[in-house]
Amino acid sequence: MRWQYPLLIVFLGGLFMAVQYFVPLEFSERIYEYALDWIIIVGVFTMCLGLWSLFRVSLAKIQTKAPAWGYNYITLAGLFAMLILGPAFGIEEGKPFMTLFWYIYTPIQASMFALLAFYIASAAYRAFRARTMIATILLVTATIIMLRLIPLGFLSGPNQWAVNWILTVPNMAAKRAIAMGIGLGGIATALKVVLGIERSYMGKD
Amino acid sequence: MKNKFVFRNKVLLIFFLTLPFLLLGLNTSSAQEAGEVKALVDSSAQAPASPTDVVAKDAPNDNGHAIVVMWKPSADDGAGKNNVLSYEILRSDNSDTGFVVRGMVPAGTNQYLDRGAREKEDKNYFPSHKNFYYKIRAKSDVSFSESKVSAPAYAFGQWFHTGKTSIFLATAIFTFFVLLFINMAKKGKELYVRPIAGIDAVDEAIGRATEMGRPILYILGLGSAGDLATIASLTILSRVAKKVAEYQTSLLVPVADPVVLTVAQESVKAGYYDAGRPDAYKEDSVWYITSMQFAYVSAVNGLMLRERTATNLYLGAFYAESLLLAETGNIAGSIQISGTDQVAQIPFFIAATDYTLIGEELYAASAYLGREPLLLGAIKAQDWGKILIMISLLLGALAATLHFDFFVNLFRIKL
Amino acid sequence: MGFYERLMTLDRRWVYLAMALSVAIPLFISFQVPPYITPEVKSVYDFVESLKQGDRLLLAIDYDPMGMAELHPMALTISRQCFAKGVKLFFVTLSQNAPGMCEQLVSKVSKEFNKKNGVDFVYLGYKPYPGLVILSMGQNFRISFPMDYYGTYVDSMPIMQGIRNYDDMKAVIAFESGWVADSWIADANGRYKISVGLGVTGVMAADYFPYVQSKQIFGLIGGLKGAAEYETLAKAKERSASRGMKVQTVTHAVVILFIIVGNIGFFMSKKRKGKTE
Repeated sequence: MRWQYPLLIVFLGGLFMAVQYFVPLEFSERIYEYALDWIIIVGVFTMCLGLWSLFRVSLAKIQTKAPAWGYNYITLAGLFAMLILGPAFGIEEGKPFMTLFWYIYTPIQASMFALLAFYIASAAYRAFRARTMIATILLVTATIIMLRLIPLGFLSGPNQWAVNWILTVPNMAAKRAIAMGIGLGGIATALKVVLGIERSYMGKD
Repeated sequence: MKNKFVFRNKVLLIFFLTLPFLLLGLNTSSAQEAGEVKALVDSSAQAPASPTDVVAKDAPNDNGHAIVVMWKPSADDGAGKNNVLSYEILRSDNSDTGFVVRGMVPAGTNQYLDRGAREKEDKNYFPSHKNFYYKIRAKSDVSFSESKVSAPAYAFGQWFHTGKTSIFLATAIFTFFVLLFINMAKKGKELYVRPIAGIDAVDEAIGRATEMGRPILYILGLGSAGDLATIASLTILSRVAKKVAEYQTSLLVPVADPVVLTVAQESVKAGYYDAGRPDAYKEDSVWYITSMQFAYVSAVNGLMLRERTATNLYLGAFYAESLLLAETGNIAGSIQISGTDQVAQIPFFIAATDYTLIGEELYAASAYLGREPLLLGAIKAQDWGKILIMISLLLGALAATLHFDFFVNLFRIKL
Repeated sequence: MGFYERLMTLDRRWVYLAMALSVAIPLFISFQVPPYITPEVKSVYDFVESLKQGDRLLLAIDYDPMGMAELHPMALTISRQCFAKGVKLFFVTLSQNAPGMCEQLVSKVSKEFNKKNGVDFVYLGYKPYPGLVILSMGQNFRISFPMDYYGTYVDSMPIMQGIRNYDDMKAVIAFESGWVADSWIADANGRYKISVGLGVTGVMAADYFPYVQSKQIFGLIGGLKGAAEYETLAKAKERSASRGMKVQTVTHAVVILFIIVGNIGFFMSKKRKGKTE
């Protein structure tokens, strides 16, 4: 009986959202927007749980001097700095909160993103080997696509034509096929959850 | 006597000078009165021909706060020296007075959607179930003319969006297949599903981690708890947790969403319970890091390099960070299994990880790992759904080539 | 270990060093990379060129600092092209990290052309929940944006007189680094039938080609290359994307070189193994 209430809530909620998509009436829209508002409210409260989890785990690592525990000090320092500076001084441009955001967080974020350039090169070097027929096709296709950015003189025209064909024919066909499979898989997964067939998210006693 | 004569002549002069203006005023006012019954024409310049056949009706498939107005364009639309440049749509709640401009469309248009807000407090509130009258004003560069007033029309909402009929039917058919195959599986019918290398490798990867004495890292991706990829990953997580509990290996699950944190903790706990080892479950093995994309990736990369995880599982919704995770895992020497429904990230995972679950294989993975008949039934339904789609594609291509529009139009969606 | 085996298993740090040099060196050397104009980019350019003085265009700046390198040059070039033609611009942003960036763009370009806020352009600002905002703008801009970014009521602005929703715009051109592009296509174009053009990052470009084919978008500017093509078409004075193309060209050439080297090592060591066996 204890598990039936959550399953009933999941079933009724899933059924309502499915039906709501096809019913354009005003009350249907209002209930949908109300549900969205509640999702946001629940999400905000779970943020507190997340912060508590981060704080507890970092503190435990500091106390037990786990490997690289110094990084946990930095984590907690950053967490409390932003938590305190925001409400204390405001979040407008020029305030400490935004200064930390623009001059510490954003450059670090951009640096992490820039690592992709190096990682793409090392991944391409390692992965694009003509081991099998399929791997060879992958290698040749990737090379043709990359060549479009290099001036090849009289070969630029045919190369661009080939790139356009690859992107608009096989690439698009494959993406559409994958998208269709994802669509069907998505419906099946949603049905499994709504009908209570898949209930591992509920945990156990 | 002379003064009387002068005075009389002055009066006559004034009268005759003002007479034309008096007559004009009378004519204008009568024209105005007439205009409220029949079409109004600006008499000061050559006006274009009026639009005709103005029809207003409720806009279909909406929440009841819009009316569609249609008309036959003016005869001077697109031609002639009184060429119509635009149309103004006027509305009133009675047929005689109080018309206000609701919108303007360029010449050549014969339809306008008059819509507004549903909130009474909004300045642009459009009430439903209230009669409105419309007329169309055709404007040239110097003049205009107006149509007759339309019959009254009111807006009301519809119970079913007919433009989504094909979506409804397709979903209903597919749902039928899912229930049918689940029912067949319940009755004990053997359902064959093709082997997927990535899923078969999960056992081997967990065994490797156990032998090496190093932990397993499970990344649920950056999606929210509402994303299907995250839901699918959570179901896989509980099965992986069960195997991990059986093998007595350690599992690390850093998450990027607080809602996912709570569900992931329950999933892992469920796995340990299923394996009969509830005491081995450590709550701190599933913890929240941050929701910011690259901050999360930095933390996970550091974790991989410090802990030297033996196995990395990337299953869920990933974005630009996919290659950062996969390459760092490669540097750490981990065996890596990935799966995502983000089509743009699949190539990166294919290039950088050992096994990749592409798109729907991620959704099917939980059924493969558990081998439960009910879940396998859903996979068979997906396969039959794809067969139906392939048949529809072939028939549709043939129909479109032969201009058999009826078949093609069956699949149209009008949102 | 033989020479070819070493080629095949080159330490990744050599790859990183080569990449670092291939990014840094071209920045100091002056050379041109002639762009090849693709039809998708030309469609956007032709559309903007066809606009007349007084026409209205909605520009959605929906990228964050990470997408700035690719998307900012196209946004700048199109804004300048529009202001030069006397087109009235309506800026909006649906990305939480974009408002400041959009404000910088708007201030910079408006000063260059002496354009007045509230008369020649308006910056409506940022609101969360992009999908809902796109839908609400189809009814009335004022539902989500009763005031502009600077706190002025939009009804007090001359540019907003008589403007209600997408029907009063010629098109929307959205610069996207995330999933909001799907909302513009499905909601703005699908439901409200406004023409949509997209500027996206290089990684996303391949995903949006189908929409060009199905005419759900009238053009697509993809990545730094697309931005460089657009700068060439528009004969832009500031060509940051074209400068970036030098780096992209060299790095791509280096990556191709490494792939060739790796495959040479693979085939030659395989051949050797075959011989010894």
